[in-house]
Formats: sequence, C-alpha cells, structure tokens
Amino acid sequence: MTLRLRLLLAFALVSVVTAVAVAGAGYVRARDAIVQRAQDNAVIETTNRVEQLYPLPARPADTAALERIAGRVSGREGQALASANGLSAGGMDPSVITQELRALVSTGRVGWQRVPYAGGVWLVVGMQLRVSEGGSSGIEVFVLRPFTSEIEVVDELARNAWLIGGAGLLLALGMAFLAARGVLRPVRDLRMAAFRLGQGDLAARVPVRGRDELAAVATTFNSTAASLEHHVGELRRMEADARRFVADVSHELRTPLAAMTAVTDVLDAETAALPGVAGQAARLVNRETQNLARLVNDLIEVTRFDSGTAALALDDVDVAEVVARTLRMRGFDVTASLPEGVRARLDPRRLDVIVANLVGNALRHGTPPVTVSLSVADSSLVIEVADAGPGLPADVLPHVFARFYKADSARGRSEGSGLGLAIAWENARLHGGTLVAANRPGGGALFTLRLPLGGER
Amino acid sequence: MPRVLLIEDDEAVREGLSLALTYQGHTVDAVRTGEEGLELLMSVAPDVVVLDLMLPGVDGFEVCRRIRASGDLPIIMLTARNDDIDVVAGLEAGADDYVAKPAQARVLEARIRAVLRRSSVPAPEVVTERHGSLTIDREGLVVTRLGQPVSLAPTELRLLLELSSSPGRVMSRQQLLESVWDQGYLGDSRLVDACVQRLRSKIEDDPAAPRYVQTVRGFGYRFGPL
Repeated sequence: MTLRLRLLLAFALVSVVTAVAVAGAGYVRARDAIVQRAQDNAVIETTNRVEQLYPLPARPADTAALERIAGRVSGREGQALASANGLSAGGMDPSVITQELRALVSTGRVGWQRVPYAGGVWLVVGMQLRVSEGGSSGIEVFVLRPFTSEIEVVDELARNAWLIGGAGLLLALGMAFLAARGVLRPVRDLRMAAFRLGQGDLAARVPVRGRDELAAVATTFNSTAASLEHHVGELRRMEADARRFVADVSHELRTPLAAMTAVTDVLDAETAALPGVAGQAARLVNRETQNLARLVNDLIEVTRFDSGTAALALDDVDVAEVVARTLRMRGFDVTASLPEGVRARLDPRRLDVIVANLVGNALRHGTPPVTVSLSVADSSLVIEVADAGPGLPADVLPHVFARFYKADSARGRSEGSGLGLAIAWENARLHGGTLVAANRPGGGALFTLRLPLGGER
Repeated sequence: MPRVLLIEDDEAVREGLSLALTYQGHTVDAVRTGEEGLELLMSVAPDVVVLDLMLPGVDGFEVCRRIRASGDLPIIMLTARNDDIDVVAGLEAGADDYVAKPAQARVLEARIRAVLRRSSVPAPEVVTERHGSLTIDREGLVVTRLGQPVSLAPTELRLLLELSSSPGRVMSRQQLLESVWDQGYLGDSRLVDACVQRLRSKIEDDPAAPRYVQTVRGFGYRFGPL
C-alpha cells in the first residue's frame, strides 16, 4: 500500500469516527428529545380531553355513550375508539391497537405506542376512564393521532447529520491529500533523482526544502551524488587517458612499422640465400616485424571501436559466398554447411574478420573437426562455429571476449594478437548483432554470431 | 616495367617503399611533398601515382583532385589503416584504389599491377556500341556522349566496359571488385560506390536519376535497360 493511500485512509478513518461520534450522538439525543416531547404532549392532551368527560354517569355505558365519548376525545386530527363490556364505538380502526398496548391499558395505566398506519407514523394513546372514587369505570379509550410531522423533523435531523458528516469526510480527504502531497513531494523528488542517478545521470540532484528530516535525507543524497559524480568523472578521465595513450602509441608505432613492413618482402627474398646465423636472424626479424604489424593493426582497430570512429561499409551480399571465400582464402580445414540464397546487407570485410577469428580460434585452441554452419532465424543470420574438444572451462567462458585474455597463464604470447575475439565481438556489435560463447551439451565450444539481415539496426 | 611516382612525407616509409618497388623492377621517383610531386609529374610522365594522404602543405586529397583534373593517370592512395573518412574522401577526390599502411610491398605491387591492367585493357570486341546517347568504342577505348568525348579515369572506363558488356545483367559489388579492381579477397564495396558516383556524374543526363548505371537494391548494379 502506498504511503499516500495509507495517509488518505488514516485521515478518512479519523474523520468518519469523529463525524459518527459527534453527529450520531447529537442526532440520537435530539431525536429522543423531540419524540419524547411530542409523545408527552399527545398524552397530556388526550388526558385533558378525557378529564373533561368527568364526572361520568354511573350507569353502564351503552353504544351511544361510547360513541359520544369517542367523539369528545378524538380531537381535530385524531380518531378515537371507546370500548366497554365488549362494546366499542368510534371512528378508529381497532386493528392498530396491539395486544401489548391493550394489556397495559387494562391494568389501569396510561399507555402509548407509535404505529405505522395509512402510509405514515401514528401515535396510539390509550387509558381507562375512572369514576370519581378512583375505581375503574370499565371504559377504555384509545386515540389515534398522526405523528408524521415529528418523524419528518427527525428525518431532517438525520439528513443533516449525514450531510455534515459527508462534508466533513470530504474536507478531511482534501486535507489528507494536501498533507500527503506536502510530505510525498520531497519523497517523489528523491525517488526521481535516485532513478536518474541509476540511469547514469550523475548530475541528478534534489532541491532541499526546509529543515526537517526529509531535507536532511535530500542533503545527504546530494552530497553522495556529488562525490559519486566526482569519482566516476575521475575514473572516466583516467580511462580516456589510458585509451588515448594506447591510440597515440599505436599511431606512433605505425609509421616506423610501415617502413619496416615495406621491406620484409625484399628481406624474405634475400635471406633465403643467406647462410647460417645471419639468415636465421634476418628471418626472425622479418617474422616478428609481421607479428608486430598485426598487433599494431589490431590495436588501432580496437582504439577505433573505443573512439566510435569505426564505420560499416555496407554491401548486399550472399552470406554463404562471403563465408566460403573467407574459409577458402585462409585455407581453413573445416566442415561447412552454408546454404545458398541467404542475402544480407552487411560489411563483408568485417564479417570476414569475425569468421576468420572464430574459426582460427577454434582451430588453434579446440579439437577438430571444426564446423561452420549458416542459418536464418528471426530476420537475423546465424553463424555457428563449433569444435569437438572439451569446451571452454567455466572460469574462462565469461572472459573469452576480453582483450589480451589468456586462458592458460602458463602460455606466453599467443599465436594471435590476443585481440582477435575482442575485435570479432566489437564487429558484431557494430552491426547491431551479437556474438556469444557457450559450451555445447555434447561437448565442444560453440560461438554463435547473430547479425541483422537488413544492415545496422 | 612501369614508372611509379611515390609521394610520401615520412622519410623511412618513402625509402622502404622505394627500395621494395625498385627491387620488384619498377622505376621509382620518390618525393616528399605534393608540390614536388605535381611538378615532377610534368617532366617524368609516370604510369602510376602512389600518394600518401597526410602531406605537409598541399594535402593528398588536393593532389589527387589536381591530377584527376588534368588527366587519367591511375592513383593509389596510402591511408592510415582503414581510416574510413580518409578512404571515402580519397575515393571522392578521384583515387582509383587504396592501400592501408603498414602494407607489405607485394600488396602495393598487386594494386599497382591491377590499376595498370585496368588502364591498358585489351579490347577483344571490335564493334562500337551505341546505348542511348552513349557510344562506347571498345577498341579505341573512347566513350562519347551526344557526340562529345567523355574523359574517364581508368577505373571508371573499366567499370563502364564491364557493366555494359552484358546490359541488363545485375552484378554484385564483390563481382565488380574482382573483375574491375582485380581483388581476389573480399574488397571494400565503397570503391565501387565511389566509382559509380563519379561515372554517373560524367555519363548520365541526370546523375540523381541514372539510366545507364542503375542501382539494384539488395544486389548491386546493372547497365540499363534503357
């Protein structure tokens, strides 16, 4: 449950309880007082009318006498019934008199009761007529009079109570909403700022309002974000420096290497005839010059990925043709399954680099036979390179695409530059594709390349 | 053997390439700046220019443009490795091919042979073909448009001859790289695109809506149909 909802509910509960307590109690008291007074008045009035009948004739009442008595006590709005010795007379419907009231009246007391009648609420008042000595005359009188106007007043009271209670509840909810907003706005600001910080916007800060606990939290958040921003900036600067250094070194190495590389062919041709140690030395220099050139080329390639200057030279190609050409040109001995007709828009030379690195890696570190297969899935081309060896150790798997990562630390310099798989991975990413390494259930490492068929995404 | 004009500002690279090309039997004139190179062009009449793009003073792109403006001498540019912006700008300036540094001499040698083969292409067909307002004389290697001769660089001419030899047939960029640029390896498709742009600007009535050299999306290029 959100804090806002909890606050609203709490305010609503308090206001409802208060309204019920105040309005409810007031209503009950007022209602009782009104009803009581109205009943008292009715009883007194009836009693007065009855008293005007005295003295009663001592002879037993007949129907005419009862009729007369009923007429006298009925009053303007009421109806009356007088009964004695099993006779009864008057305009009142006897069925509205309950057994309970009749029993009470027969004991000699004055009784009254509210009853529903003719679509409204009516009051029945009943009493015995007494002879002057105080004894019972045997005549009972019941008067039925409307009580609706009093009930209306009471209903009005109830309506007012409900209205006031409802208004109070609305007011309370409004206040709760305002209060919740006051408390929650800084909380929301904090949440938004924390979210932005998490998204990498290290400049995210929250406004500090007032001097309460929330303001203290905001201040702490701001100082934490500031120090985070500082440290991350420092780290980024250092990383950028390191990368620029690598880029500068690579470029500086390139020019002397270009001169050396230019003459390796001359040396190759001439040293073949050189005898003994001199020839060996010259061949060593030649070979290592070429290795160095390859390493520097790969380094420059990596720095171009890092600086974002690597670009795709897209072409519409038959993928099988490109892969087959890569395998043929490099003399790779693999089992290839390359269905024709898979056309894609990609950079064929970068695809060549990826495939050459994957297959070269599998041939160097895996166990033959190495298989290369091409397929299409979800508008991507999928190239899988697998070998039949033991697969990649679990601790190596997460690092295979890391630069200069050596699976076997005892082995010194690898045959490649140590950047081949990293470059393959970057090339896949540049196409908007993916390159993942895994182990096949049946053994052997499996590299899966996926590239969108329609060029970069 | 062909005569090579090498324009390269770094002394060691210049010396290394001169050594290697001379060793292969070429006659090499090596200079340091674009100005010297343009000057030497008048007196020695080389068969091919090998041009570094990063030069002091007049840069490689400008040298390229000036050579292209005055004739159809084949140009191979030397670029920093795969520097895409330089490659594209160089091709737009009119270079026929490029080699990334550091490069072994035999790679450069192969490119030189390819552009020279291109510019001295033998003409087995005897006929003069007519395509719309374009005539192609395969023997005399003359192309005219509306009766006026069109000045085409060697690669542009070769590309036009290749495409027009089978009108209506689609050729992929890699096929064209193999036949026109003599690249056995996977080639850079931008060479083809840049050359097509230059060719269109010379032979098409409206280069934005080409009739002769048409793009076939997803496949490559096609000559016609008109």
